[in-house]
Amino acid sequence: MESYKLFDKNTQAIIYGFQTRPVQRMLDFDFVCKRKKPSVAAIIRPTQTAAIGYHKVFWGNKEIVIPIYKTLALATKKHPKADMMINFSSFRSSYPTSKEALESDTIRTVVIIAEGIPERLSRDLIRIARERGKFIIGPATVGGIVAGNFKIGNTAGTLENIILSKLYRPGSVGFVSKSGGMSNEMNFMISQCTNGIYEGIAIGGDRYPGSRLIDHLLRYEANPEIKMLVVLGEIGGTDEYAIVEAMKNGSIKKPLVIWVTGTAAKILPQGLQFGHAGAMAGSEKETADAKNQALREAGAIVPDSYEDLDKKIKETFEKLKKEGKIVPIDEFEPPKVPMDYSEAQRLGLVRRPTSVIVTISDDRGDVPTFAGVGLDKIIKENKSIGYVIGLLWFKRELPEFAQQFIEIVIKLTADHGPAVSGAHNAIITARAGKDLMSSLASGILTIGPRFGGAISNAAKYFREALQKRMTPLEFINYMKNTVQINIPGIGHRIKSVQNPDVRVQLLKEFVFKNFSKHPHLDYALNVEKITTSKRNNLILNVDGCIGICFLDLLENLDFTSEEIEDVIYSEALNGLFVLGRSIGMMGHVFDQKRQRAGLFREPWDQILFID
Amino acid sequence: MAQKNIYEYDAKKFVASQLPNYFPEFNYHGKLAVITPEKLANFDRFVAENPWLKTDKLVAKPDQLFGKRGKANLILLDANLEQLKKFAEEKLDQELKIGNIKGVLNRLLIEPYIPHETEYYMSITSNRYNDLIHFSFEGGIFVEENWDKVIHIPIPFGTNIESFDLETKLPNLGKFNDVLIPFIKGLFQVYCAQDFAFLEINPFAITEDKKIVPLDLKARLDDTAAFLHIDTWGNPHNPIEFPIGIGQKMAKEEGLIKDLDEKTGASLKFQILNRDGRIWTMVAGGGASVVYTDTIVDLGYGDELGNYGEYSGNPSREHTEIYAQNIIDLISTNPDPQGREKYLIIGGGIANFTDVKATFTGIVSAIRKSAYKLKNANVKIFVRRGGPNEKQGLELMKQVGKETGVPIEVYDRYTHMTRVVSIALNKN
Repeated sequence: MESYKLFDKNTQAIIYGFQTRPVQRMLDFDFVCKRKKPSVAAIIRPTQTAAIGYHKVFWGNKEIVIPIYKTLALATKKHPKADMMINFSSFRSSYPTSKEALESDTIRTVVIIAEGIPERLSRDLIRIARERGKFIIGPATVGGIVAGNFKIGNTAGTLENIILSKLYRPGSVGFVSKSGGMSNEMNFMISQCTNGIYEGIAIGGDRYPGSRLIDHLLRYEANPEIKMLVVLGEIGGTDEYAIVEAMKNGSIKKPLVIWVTGTAAKILPQGLQFGHAGAMAGSEKETADAKNQALREAGAIVPDSYEDLDKKIKETFEKLKKEGKIVPIDEFEPPKVPMDYSEAQRLGLVRRPTSVIVTISDDRGDVPTFAGVGLDKIIKENKSIGYVIGLLWFKRELPEFAQQFIEIVIKLTADHGPAVSGAHNAIITARAGKDLMSSLASGILTIGPRFGGAISNAAKYFREALQKRMTPLEFINYMKNTVQINIPGIGHRIKSVQNPDVRVQLLKEFVFKNFSKHPHLDYALNVEKITTSKRNNLILNVDGCIGICFLDLLENLDFTSEEIEDVIYSEALNGLFVLGRSIGMMGHVFDQKRQRAGLFREPWDQILFID
Repeated sequence: MAQKNIYEYDAKKFVASQLPNYFPEFNYHGKLAVITPEKLANFDRFVAENPWLKTDKLVAKPDQLFGKRGKANLILLDANLEQLKKFAEEKLDQELKIGNIKGVLNRLLIEPYIPHETEYYMSITSNRYNDLIHFSFEGGIFVEENWDKVIHIPIPFGTNIESFDLETKLPNLGKFNDVLIPFIKGLFQVYCAQDFAFLEINPFAITEDKKIVPLDLKARLDDTAAFLHIDTWGNPHNPIEFPIGIGQKMAKEEGLIKDLDEKTGASLKFQILNRDGRIWTMVAGGGASVVYTDTIVDLGYGDELGNYGEYSGNPSREHTEIYAQNIIDLISTNPDPQGREKYLIIGGGIANFTDVKATFTGIVSAIRKSAYKLKNANVKIFVRRGGPNEKQGLELMKQVGKETGVPIEVYDRYTHMTRVVSIALNKN
């Protein structure tokens, strides 16, 4: 590559910062320009843990990957031919990262996107670049473009604009400005009144840009493919005088159309800061009028106002054309880049079936909702856990008594000492050094037909009995003769008619007081009358009572029998037990962990060994 | 995002706190006080807080970022406490005219009076490749007419000043050589280490016992460097103040946008030029906003221009709406007394990456909410824009015009960027 070029059709860049959109835009540009290889060689993402990762991008309608490195050192080692870095890091880290790139052996040009880099740090980067023969574009810029060859980051925006501004193939105009926004405007304007841009650079609006207008103009002057120069200058600073000087001493000979903006400053309040940090005249010499005048005197083509800039550019181009200095361009139809799926979807051009239906919650809005109720309302109105369970499990705002019932069940099931299988397993797992989730899961995994199962089994059989209209005696015999198991929910190890279980008493009291009907509980108590007449400990136990009262709860809510069937089928009762007991099992896990309890080993004398 | 002036009081305190790090012999009296109308009202307490006021001979002068204070008869010299009080009573709250700006005097800097014979000048400035020391034996109010006697010494960027041969560049310092050289070098180090953009001491005096006393001091800091100086002037809990000039007040509408700007990575700038102006602009882009302003002034409507401002860097829909609403409120609050049309130019070049549809959705929402006000104030809106999703964005503008009856003319990239201005104004 000739020294007056910073990038061409083979240039590959390293992108500092995980900027997926500009990367894709660069690759789309490459594709419409029919570049042979992507203009992005690698991405640097200092926050990643792995030394090398990969980022998927589209190359036309194919997917390819671009490596992501944790450090610039590794990226430059792997991609020694990538001689430019586009630095997207913030104003805080832009200096050290740009410095590292300038001090590397392989990077020749550094583009600095960030705005707000301290002036002294910019000047230090300028010093390093000068000492090492490197080039800086920016800070505070969008970058630049060599039409049909290479595009920096977000420059020139969308593909649509690239096509409209004919940036997919080089024209004959070299353009440079401070403003990035105006550079894109000018790209289009120039495409309308000439054969288009060859190269366009925005040097950025800072007081100390890494490269100045003149630095690029001298490159354009040396480039035989560029036939005319267009510059948009700005009030503030004296960089335009370097152009005046270059025209006077003959180092710029190509026709140069220039307009310096900010002529309005003379009637505006002193000290008004225009859009860019460098855009303030510190002296008469730095005013737009003075610069325009000096340029005009030096032989530049200067319009009377921005309004006429396009006319001057056109005139200049037409003159060159007449002189036969413009080589006709081989026009071609740029290949079409497929539309992104998300864009097509936004425009309503495609549809796709979803794969999951969700009916209980939605987190897409400002506030997550549970069954349509905003979380903010739940908090502000101090709704209960029972209320939340009603929304998420039954998609209903449950009445007060139902919320209370659910909370009573959770409290009743929260723990049953360390010896039961769930708690025991949780303790053993915790003591084996496993984490909370594993310990809890090992406890929960014991819940089933034998442990905690009495609740749902009691509900199952008592519900069947009522549905089949069995008398209590018929039911007892059915369980004994046909199902051949003890009636789930009946019987207690210690408690008896004479020594009732206080938990069952409280639950019954609550149901009698708050449920307008309780056919299952009534029925179960009739069954209990018969069983306790046989043996006084064959009472309705707490598990049975929970299961049976839950059936009555459903009867008291606005559920059809089909909906009740769905609730039972979906294992809501097991859910209540798992939820409640998880509280206790986690308590046991925390308890063991707090004690730093060591590995549990069953003592040999607890095991019967048989040869 | 640029170089910002600081108060002389702050500048002196700050320089005095930093200079001994490099020039330990610097022995500053540290006697500095600012009197404001509030402090004057509690004068006894003010004196109790600054007991030296009772014992020293005093100097007082305005500390509001303007110069030529002596010529305006605003300096009190060699005074006692009583004279100071009288001077403060007379000057504070007094309306002044500085150039063509009117403002109220509300800060006087008070220091001990230092009798001296020679007034020295020095300043430090920067350019692309150098920091420059400027020094003169003939400082004070005559420095400008004696500018040819000022010695300018460029120090290449990155030079270690300690080993720089300053003596050769500044011969003839005579008996003060041994204090002046370390003083200048120390000051230079403060300037570099603390990201000053400008520092001028004009004049400073040297006392009989070779103590250097800065008399008048002006300084600008590079405010983008604040994050490097959280231990000194950029302390986020107690940052140094960047005052605006005398007579310039930040309007609440400007403050609103400034707050918004500080919260986002995008750029939102807004300054009111003339509340009664009939032409207001909402332009995207720092470069384009200058061009639009130029065009309005070129066409002879500078005195009708309501504001300067720009939005860029892909601001969110919400922020763009707040920004637009702010301008709409200003343009429509008071219809023109003569019933003439007002013009809102919603302009911009072809954006690189700012989403035209998203930003215009915000603007359209503000227009829709304010349709009645806009019609009532006889506001016509002219739009010109390009960039990502330009078709949809421009279509939104056309739609809201139809829906609300607010007259809106919409132009796309094929109309020269600033031609909307002449289209708007020629239809007068």
